[in-house]
Amino acid sequence: MKLFEYEAKSIAQNLGINTPRGAVASTSEEARDIHKRIGGEAVIKAQVLVAGRGKAGGIKFASKPDETRDRATEILNMTIKGERVKKVLVEQKAAAKKELFASIVLDRANRCQTVLASDQGGVDIEEVARQAPEKVLRHRLDPVFGMRSYDARLIALKLGYQGAQQGTFTDFLSNLYRLSVIYDAELVESNPVIEMQDGRFLAADLRVIVDDNSLFRHPEFQERSKEISSEVTALESKARDNGLAFVELDGDIGIIGNGAGLVMATLDLVKQYGGKPANFCDVGGGANAEHVATALQIIQGADKVKAVFVNILAGITRCDEVAKGIVDVKKVMGLKKPLVIRMVGTNQEEGRKILQSAGLTAMDKMDEAARLVVSKVAA
Amino acid sequence: MAVLIGKQTRAIVQGITGNQGSFHTRLMLDYGTRIVAGVTPGKGGTTAVGLPVFDTVAAALEKTDANASIIFVPAPFAKEAGMEAIDAGLTPVVIITEMIPARDSMILIEYAKNRGATIIGPNTPGIITAGESKLGIMPGDVFKPGKVGLGSRSGTLTYEIAASLTHDGIGQSTCLGIGGDPFTGLNFVDVLKLFRDDPGTDTVVLIGEIGGSAEEDAANYIRDTKYPKRVAAYIAGRAAPPGKRMGHAGAIITGTEGTADAKMKSLREADVLVAEVPSELSRLLLQQVSPLQ
Repeated sequence: MKLFEYEAKSIAQNLGINTPRGAVASTSEEARDIHKRIGGEAVIKAQVLVAGRGKAGGIKFASKPDETRDRATEILNMTIKGERVKKVLVEQKAAAKKELFASIVLDRANRCQTVLASDQGGVDIEEVARQAPEKVLRHRLDPVFGMRSYDARLIALKLGYQGAQQGTFTDFLSNLYRLSVIYDAELVESNPVIEMQDGRFLAADLRVIVDDNSLFRHPEFQERSKEISSEVTALESKARDNGLAFVELDGDIGIIGNGAGLVMATLDLVKQYGGKPANFCDVGGGANAEHVATALQIIQGADKVKAVFVNILAGITRCDEVAKGIVDVKKVMGLKKPLVIRMVGTNQEEGRKILQSAGLTAMDKMDEAARLVVSKVAA
Repeated sequence: MAVLIGKQTRAIVQGITGNQGSFHTRLMLDYGTRIVAGVTPGKGGTTAVGLPVFDTVAAALEKTDANASIIFVPAPFAKEAGMEAIDAGLTPVVIITEMIPARDSMILIEYAKNRGATIIGPNTPGIITAGESKLGIMPGDVFKPGKVGLGSRSGTLTYEIAASLTHDGIGQSTCLGIGGDPFTGLNFVDVLKLFRDDPGTDTVVLIGEIGGSAEEDAANYIRDTKYPKRVAAYIAGRAAPPGKRMGHAGAIITGTEGTADAKMKSLREADVLVAEVPSELSRLLLQQVSPLQ
């Protein structure tokens, strides 16, 4: 779960991480009042979860509170990459001596947390890594013991900090690491980290992504995680509320299957034969009739779907349950789109009998079924 | 011959009294797996699926001669259940549980590494040595003994591919799911190393998917070590858009990294036989006779 910048900064402040003076506003009047309170030059930042808000015009500057109100009005009327801006963060523009980059990521390849740091902050760090990989420092942390003081000191030293400044940066980095542990973060990233004239380090921007699997031990995020974010379409949200792993795509062939790998392979096959999948939908292992019926109802109900492909390889799942789910939908609301079923595995014969009694048939091979469903849409 | 499990495997089931635990214990016993005990805290002294239940793994080991474990306990308790099995000297430890926090898996995997234990999973269908032993939730009947070692990041897709291999007369030595999570105890390089030293395996099949770099790392390993056995692969997720998790926590293209096309390309460059569709794997293996036969 991605946190908004203002949420990330609020938890950071509680851990002793400096952030610019400021507050979050939902209206342009609030934004103006915040500027009055903090004084100086203000920066007004759209609070969205998508990346690239700067390029989209979601970050503006103002020297007077009335200007801040006008800029906030503009930003609050924006939609950035499909995400409506609902809040802006108004902060004092910090005077930077230097801009750095620091992040702590869960590193899949090395099965540990890795610190990425650079003295080239405030710019696209992936670009820096491409052009001048030596400018981005990578330091792996022990998976069990994490960041020890000498890990942080080593990084500070490599970034050129000595004496008192080394200690100040070490504290800053250690606090970012503490945040990653306490909040089970997949990613903590500050770009830029600002080194101020007075020597303090400030997280001028802060991105935090909390591991979804750890939400059970973070009750503080549970409500927030249910809110529909811009990253989830209405169809996805409906399907997920019904316990389906669902991703909406831009094609016209609805896909239902059991098991993430099998569903991915099904999308690939449909595409291979010239079709365009409308979605990824995994009913999961051990799905019952109800799961299958819900998936079919949601998918055939989408206007853009012209045909539906159900691909089941039953192991823990049982074909008779799958068949029951399909037949239930046919009886209750009717099959609204051409349907191709491939169904093999546990209780195959019982399942096929149930389908036959409702005038439906199932195929054996997923290749042939994929070809057939593509031809139904092309016809 | 096989890797990690076989006739010698005597396993305990951690979380045996839960729905999944008891259901699959029965199926594993039906397959012929030697399951010797179950562990559920607070249920010591009872029985489940005809087996004695203990409160701790250590207690189970006082009364039985188990050497492996399979874990079905809920995600919040899985890390310590794994450590408990490792502390008792059990290996492999198969973790079926899904949705374990990544940090917990990361710590558990390091813990296992430092103590010489092998973790399979988390979020895995398990491991099966055809005709000998099954520690997992896969349907046993699609697997037949043979010489193909199979490693996969997926469950049902593994059954799909194993079933088609079996149908075409190609049997398997050991098939194992490394797991669908970002952090797994074994990666594809580990799987290749295991099969390399197994005289009962002459061909390795890898079933990968989008996300991470396990397939690219495998390709580099095969090329750099001039891997002595035939390797074939299928990668799922060519139609997946970037930035979306496709069911598995680990199946996500981040930026331009982790695409199926890039993985297929690096595997082909390492002379791996790469199938475009799952059913093509059999064809590729039948066309090209193993160098060892």
